[in-house]
Amino acid sequence: MDVFVQQLINGLTLGSIYGLIAIGYTMVFGIIGMVNFAHGDVFMVSTFIALILFLLLTAWLGISSVALAFLLVLVATMALTALWGFAVERIAYRPLRGSFRLAPLISAIGVSIFLSNFVQVAQGARNKPTPPMLEGGFTLFASDGYAVTLSYKQILIMAVTSVLLLGFWYLVQKTPFGRAQRACEQDRKMAALLGIDVDRTISLTFVLGAVLAAVAGLLYLLYYGVVSFSDGFVPGVKAFTAAVLGGIGSLPGAVIGGLIIGLIETFWSAYFSIEYKDVAAFSILAIVLIFMPSGLLGRAEVEKV
Amino acid sequence: MSGPLLSLRGVSTYYGSVAALRGVDLDVGEGEIVTLIGANGAGKSTLMMTVFGAPRARSGTIAFAGQDITGLPTHRIARLGLAQSPEGRRVFPRMSVLENLQMGAALHDGRHLAQDLEKVCTLFPRLKERLGQRAGTMSGGEQQMLAIGRALMSRPRLLMLDEPSLGLAPLVVKQIFAAIAALNREEGMTIFLVEQNAYHALKLAHRGSVLVNGRITLSGPARALLDDPSIKAAYLEGGHAPVETVPGEA
Repeated sequence: MDVFVQQLINGLTLGSIYGLIAIGYTMVFGIIGMVNFAHGDVFMVSTFIALILFLLLTAWLGISSVALAFLLVLVATMALTALWGFAVERIAYRPLRGSFRLAPLISAIGVSIFLSNFVQVAQGARNKPTPPMLEGGFTLFASDGYAVTLSYKQILIMAVTSVLLLGFWYLVQKTPFGRAQRACEQDRKMAALLGIDVDRTISLTFVLGAVLAAVAGLLYLLYYGVVSFSDGFVPGVKAFTAAVLGGIGSLPGAVIGGLIIGLIETFWSAYFSIEYKDVAAFSILAIVLIFMPSGLLGRAEVEKV
Repeated sequence: MSGPLLSLRGVSTYYGSVAALRGVDLDVGEGEIVTLIGANGAGKSTLMMTVFGAPRARSGTIAFAGQDITGLPTHRIARLGLAQSPEGRRVFPRMSVLENLQMGAALHDGRHLAQDLEKVCTLFPRLKERLGQRAGTMSGGEQQMLAIGRALMSRPRLLMLDEPSLGLAPLVVKQIFAAIAALNREEGMTIFLVEQNAYHALKLAHRGSVLVNGRITLSGPARALLDDPSIKAAYLEGGHAPVETVPGEA
C-alpha cells in the first residue's frame, strides 16, 4: 500500500511533465496536421535556458531567494523558448506549407537533430547538474521504515500543470483567439475568408506550445536536477505517445495521456522491472490504439457534410 | 467616388495550365443585386474565390471600392468589408452555431455582437433555436442559413453568395431567397449572387451575367435576361420556371 501510494505520487508528477509537453504536440497537430518532431528538443533547449539563467541569477547576481529566482527564471525561460518555437516555425515549417505532406515532417526531424547537436556542441555532452532547489516536503505516513512523502517539488509540478491546463482550456474554448485557432483547425481557407490571419494564428500556436514546453523544461530541471543534450528525445517521444494515447488534437486528452504514461512507467518500474518501463508504456499505447484508433478522447469523424 | 463597389477587369484564373476564367469583366454597384448564372463547371465559384485571392488571378485587376485588391492576401481582402458564403457552405462543423456566428464577427470588437446576432436570428429564426448545436450536425438548409448568417455578422459592404440554393428543398430555397431580397430592400445591402437556379436568381436580381466556360457571354438587366431566348433555352428549360425537384434535405 505504501509503495503503491508513493508510486502514484511519483507517476502523477512525471505524467504532469509529459502532459505539458504533449499539449504542444497536440495543438500543433490539431492546427496544421503535422507532428512537430522538434518539440521534444525545444523542451530540451528550454531546460538548458533555465539552467543557465538559474546559474546566472544565483551565482553571479547573488539572488538568494529561491522563489524570486524561480519566478524570474520561469518568465525568462518562457520568453526565450517562445522565441525558439517561433523561429523554428518561421524558418523550417512555414516555407514548406503547401508543399507535399511529408516535407514539414522531414524538416521537423532535421530541426530536432540540429537542436540536440547544437546544444551538445555549445554546452558539452556531459550531464549538467543543478544545485539542489526547493528541497523537503511532507511525510504523509510512515510504517515499517517506509515513508510515503510528497515533496514540495511534486506539489509544485502538479499544481502548475493543473493551472496551465485550465488556463489553456479556457483560452482555446472561450477566447476569440482560441476560436480563431479552432477555425483554422477545421477549415483554414474559410477562416481566411472571415479575415483571420492564418499564418499568424499558426505562429502563435507554435509559440504557445513552446511556452508550455518551457514550463515543463523548468519543472523537469527542478525535479531531476540534471539535464543533458539528449533529454529532448525520450521525453519528447513519451509526450508524443501521450498525445496520441489521449487522442491527438484534444487538450485534456494530452494531459490524461501524459498521466497514464507517467503512471505506467513508474508502476512498472516499481513492481516489475525498470529496464522494461518504456516497453510497457509503448505496449499500452499499441493496445489502446488497436481498440480505440483515435485515442481515448479523440473524436471519431461523424460529421454531416 | 461613384464607381462600382466591386469591379473586375480582364480577370483570368488558372488551375495549373487549365484556364478557369478567361478575361472576365464584371461590375457590382452599390445597393445592387447582381447575379452570375452558369452551368456546373463554368467557373462561377472560381470567380467568387478569385475575388478573395484564393486562387489568385493570373492577369487582370480586381478593385473594391476603388482600391486594387488583386494582390492582397485573403484575410486582408475580407477585412475591407467583403463577406462570402462560399460553395459547400463551409460552416465550422465542430463549433456551435453561436461560435460560427461569432467567427463571422471575428474582425469586430464585439460591441454590436448582440445586436447583429439578433438581426441574423430574426432573418433565420431556425438558427435562434439552434444556437448551442454543433453546426456539423445540422441539415443542409440550416447550414446554408448559418453560412449566410455568418457572412452577415461581419457587417459587410458586399455580400457574396455562392449557390445558396444548391441541394436544398424548394421551401428552404424560397425562405433563403426571401431573406436575400429583404436584406437588399430593407438595408440596401449590395449582393453578388452566383446561382445555377437561373430563374430564381434572375427574378431576384437587378442585373445578371451569364458565365460559360470561364467567359461572360451575356450581361444585362435581369428582366431582359429572363426574356432572352438563348437563356430560356439553355437555363430555363424551355421558358418555364424550372421544375423544383432538386433532391435535398429539408
